Amino acid sequence: MNSSPEESAKCEVSFIVNGEARKAFVHPMERLLDVLRNELGLTGAKEGCGEGECGSCSVLLDGLLVNSCLVPVAQATGASIITIEGISAHALMKPLQEAFLECGGAQCGICTPGMILAAVQLLEKKPEPALADIREGLAGNLCRCTGYMQIFEAVARATRQRAAK
Amino acid sequence: MRADPAEYKLVSPGSLQTILSLMASEPAQWLPIAGGTDVMVLYSAGKLPNRKLINIWNIPELRQIEAFPDRIRIGAACTYTALRQHEIVLQEFPLLATAASWTGGIANQNRGTLGGNIANASPAADSLPALLVYDAEVTLISARGERRVAYRNFHTGYKKTALAADELIQEISLPRRFSGYFSYARKVGARHAQAISKVCLVSLGQIANGIIRDVHLAMGSVAPIPLRLNETERMLTGSKIKPSLIDAAGKSTVKEIRPIDDIRSTARYRSAVAGNLVAEFLEKLAAEGANS
Repeated sequence: MNSSPEESAKCEVSFIVNGEARKAFVHPMERLLDVLRNELGLTGAKEGCGEGECGSCSVLLDGLLVNSCLVPVAQATGASIITIEGISAHALMKPLQEAFLECGGAQCGICTPGMILAAVQLLEKKPEPALADIREGLAGNLCRCTGYMQIFEAVARATRQRAAK
Repeated sequence: MRADPAEYKLVSPGSLQTILSLMASEPAQWLPIAGGTDVMVLYSAGKLPNRKLINIWNIPELRQIEAFPDRIRIGAACTYTALRQHEIVLQEFPLLATAASWTGGIANQNRGTLGGNIANASPAADSLPALLVYDAEVTLISARGERRVAYRNFHTGYKKTALAADELIQEISLPRRFSGYFSYARKVGARHAQAISKVCLVSLGQIANGIIRDVHLAMGSVAPIPLRLNETERMLTGSKIKPSLIDAAGKSTVKEIRPIDDIRSTARYRSAVAGNLVAEFLEKLAAEGANS
């Protein structure tokens, strides 16, 4: 099936990253994660497992949570991408950040960008999630520090604070 | 060894016809990629045999779910998220919605596709037993034309399928005749979320006056392919649910499956759980099935 490896040509990929038009000149099979980190200098998304199990490379691609390690960059052509760096202005961020701080929802911080983006995705779709919804919404994000309970509590607390307003 | 992106091509023709003619011109050279949740894992690990990939993610006709009076047609590149949100899938094919919810976490459900799950042909795939119990039919398309294959005949051996080298899965069709059935689904894995199953059972049944009128049973992770339990179904159809029947169904299930020892479980454990799941389904069918 394999002939000798042929060099693929680099191509220009344009997208909107965190609200700004950006371009990268890359091979089409580069992983979106690597382009964000190495070409665009956005190192908030982390590589944990590199196989879609841990969620630490999560970004929002056209509004949907995805593992950027599993997206070939050519498939992101023309898309709008939000990384953790670009979400600070989101209405959910103040309550989420405060609740993560208050509940001890972050320790080493590697999983945190993915946890926050998964929580944003969850709360956008389900503004008042039950604990089971929070567990499901964050099930694709692994954390080796907290034991998860503090993170679930943080999302629950952010939900309550938002509802109280 | 991580893959070097410079050694891989990815083209994005943007139309189904162009994709099919490229696949026809160099059969077995081009690997279709939709959401990438399987392909990119192999790629990243440097284990992807193909060097040429063809993007099918941006083809709108592969992303539609269309309802007809007698069936629904699910485009092969529909994601698990799309399946979980579709009203008719939720109402009439709840086992498919449940299976979609079993598949990875939300990020993988946003990208992973039903056609990809079929083409990847893992015996542990979450959505495939649901397609078996709903008597799915798959439409395969190539530059030569299209053909329909009963899904129960699609998998021909471990990771072997009826798909020819130049063919693409276009859609999956499900007959709309199961809304009155009692349904049951249980996946047994190491962890509730994002685990690959040790054993799973997906089943449908219809009873009247305690007699089983119709029953469909399919299991994952117990054979080289997703398995419909034809013998056990035959034994159960027309019978009254009672303890001796449940016992016999468990034994028949164990006879019919071909489990192995692997990293996730053992053949012995899988056999024990398989029999127990069928028993649990029959108990629930007897208790609750008359109301569905």
